[in-house]
Amino acid sequence: MSRIAQRFADLKREGRGALVTYLQAYDPDPATSLALLRGLPGAGADVIEVGVPFTDPMADGPSIQKAAIRALKAGATLSRVLAMVRDFRKGNDTTPIVLMGYYNPILAYGIERFCTDASCSGVDGLIIVDVPPEEADEVEPHARAQGLDLIRLVAPTTDEARLPRVLAATSGFVYYVSIAGITGTRSASSASLEAAVPRIRRHTDLPVCIGFGIRTPQQAAEAARLADGAVVGTALVDTLAASLDEDGQARPETVRQVLDQVRGLAEAIRAG
Amino acid sequence: MNKTVPLNSFRQGPDARGRFGQFGGRFVAETLMPLILEVEKAYEAAKRDPQFDAEWRRLLTHYVGRPSPLWYADRLTEHLRKDAAPGKGAKVYFKRDELNHTGAHKINAVLGQILLAKRMGKTRIIAETGAGQHGVATATACALFDLPCTVFMGATDVERQQPNVFRMKLLGAQVMPVTSGAATLKDAMNEALRYWVANVEDTYYCIGTVAGPHPYPAMVRDFQSVIGTEARAQMQEAEGRLPDALVAAIGGGSNAMGLFYPFLDDPEVQMFGVEAAGRGLHTEEHAASLEKGRPGVLHGNRMYLLQDADGQVQEAHSISAGLDYPGVGPEHSWLHELGRVQYVGATDDEALAAFQLCSKLEGIIPALEPAHALAYVIRQAPAMARDQILLMNLCGRGDKDIFTVARHLGVEM
Ligand SMILES: Cc1ncc(COP(=O)(O)O)c(C=O)c1O
Repeated sequence: MSRIAQRFADLKREGRGALVTYLQAYDPDPATSLALLRGLPGAGADVIEVGVPFTDPMADGPSIQKAAIRALKAGATLSRVLAMVRDFRKGNDTTPIVLMGYYNPILAYGIERFCTDASCSGVDGLIIVDVPPEEADEVEPHARAQGLDLIRLVAPTTDEARLPRVLAATSGFVYYVSIAGITGTRSASSASLEAAVPRIRRHTDLPVCIGFGIRTPQQAAEAARLADGAVVGTALVDTLAASLDEDGQARPETVRQVLDQVRGLAEAIRAG
Repeated sequence: MNKTVPLNSFRQGPDARGRFGQFGGRFVAETLMPLILEVEKAYEAAKRDPQFDAEWRRLLTHYVGRPSPLWYADRLTEHLRKDAAPGKGAKVYFKRDELNHTGAHKINAVLGQILLAKRMGKTRIIAETGAGQHGVATATACALFDLPCTVFMGATDVERQQPNVFRMKLLGAQVMPVTSGAATLKDAMNEALRYWVANVEDTYYCIGTVAGPHPYPAMVRDFQSVIGTEARAQMQEAEGRLPDALVAAIGGGSNAMGLFYPFLDDPEVQMFGVEAAGRGLHTEEHAASLEKGRPGVLHGNRMYLLQDADGQVQEAHSISAGLDYPGVGPEHSWLHELGRVQYVGATDDEALAAFQLCSKLEGIIPALEPAHALAYVIRQAPAMARDQILLMNLCGRGDKDIFTVARHLGVEM
């Protein structure tokens, strides 16, 4: 069983949803980023999304755009992100890692080589934001051959006719983008989430995680209750950014402040 | 009898997936995907509706002032013959799309798209702009059709194209300066796409060039093809034959596709797309995606792209805001690989020299974008025989650029 499937099976037995965290690799520097990555499972992250920095993140708001600029300035490349995952795997063999990013860095790396290297590095799944199912034929065979889950985004705009097609192309879990919009801008209402999750469940048995606009422990707990997990990204990136000094460098308290926030989110989810 | 496209036609793209060979496609986030498919469906239906075509053509005739004239640039031709070898020096013609209402070719595709947006029941329009010409054209059409309009424009471009910023505001549009990246056209397009994702219900994104997700590259090309279709007929009338070579500037590639497309299957017609070589192709500061880039994915399509070894997109540079883009439309990428069109470069300095020469010799102040095409004409015409014909797309007028040019020439205004 894959790490992702195992993790959601375990959580189901525990009777709670997953906390899925998103931080960008190399933000603000490789050492801090690796320290965060290593600290996340202990702070309560059940699944870790590692953002792959890109110059033109089409679906991201200002917070994650700025994170990408910091990360690229710190020397982030796709191969270095994979190296970071390998470092993480030396001390953790159970927490699923999902790379989230855009297509062009993968194309530049070479799709087949990337899928092989990602899998060997201990990556479990991929979210390639700008590759909808219609364009996935180049990636799918290589990802499948390497046992990488392709996690699809489902949006409020994904209509009934389209939903089965999107879900059929999904493995690992479904990422429900709770708002029509970019990351870090607004939050969905409870009512819209309550309607959306059953709509997806009618078409799939995969776990459903809700992301985009989840900032507070209460919102995370609610999303994890309604679905199988809550994804928190921009709120963590904002905490990280606020902890930096005037030159954009990490301070001694940067790692602790972000992980404290993760603990708060995890506690709320565990409390139901 | 059925009209069949010759098997080896260069005019059969894109395929059902929006691909020109390996280029094009629909590389957008899921949130946008349903809308992109809706635009495609609506455009396919509009294309087959004679009323849609009639309304667009009515606007082109009575509002834009089409057909634009074909002008034999006599003085320029003679000037270039002076230094040419005996028997050399092609006749130079201009397709004068700079005479269009709003001053460039952009209005051709804007009016088509705004009519489409209305058909789709969209009530708000957004656009990206570099030089401001597409922004002005969109703001103009939105004024005419009483639609609220928001134009995203890089802060750098807001600075260097002040006259167009003021025009857009006069026309009632909201101009949103974009500060991310190098704050130019690429970043404006990112921001427009982000805004669109958040406003899919009521908003139509009016793209200014032959790039973006399918169906935009094909749709904008179809509308702009009015340029080449007219030029073909006008050239037949003036010279009784087709031109030997076509020349057009390439930003995203819409004025060039518009001129080239109707001639693609005429093998005797050579074609040259002129990219901005900025401070020179040997430097890092240019916008020559085809000559210096490699295939990649940005803004919803696969195209030639200026990028580093890790697939991070690089900043383009050009004196011309309208050419300052690190990508180039998918159909050009394909024509480049097929070798049907030659893509060449012209530097900032060559464009500046051409800008001044055209003003003095022809009494036409060109935009800096077609000044790049003209720079190549200045190189190419003397190498061609006297009885050959070179047709250049003079796709925009230079009013918007006089401040930039004055600054480069050291003139205080
Ligand atoms: C006059 C003019 N020409 C050319 C361009 C470049 O665009 P394209 O290559 O799509 O024609 C622009 C863009 O702003 C323009 O204003």
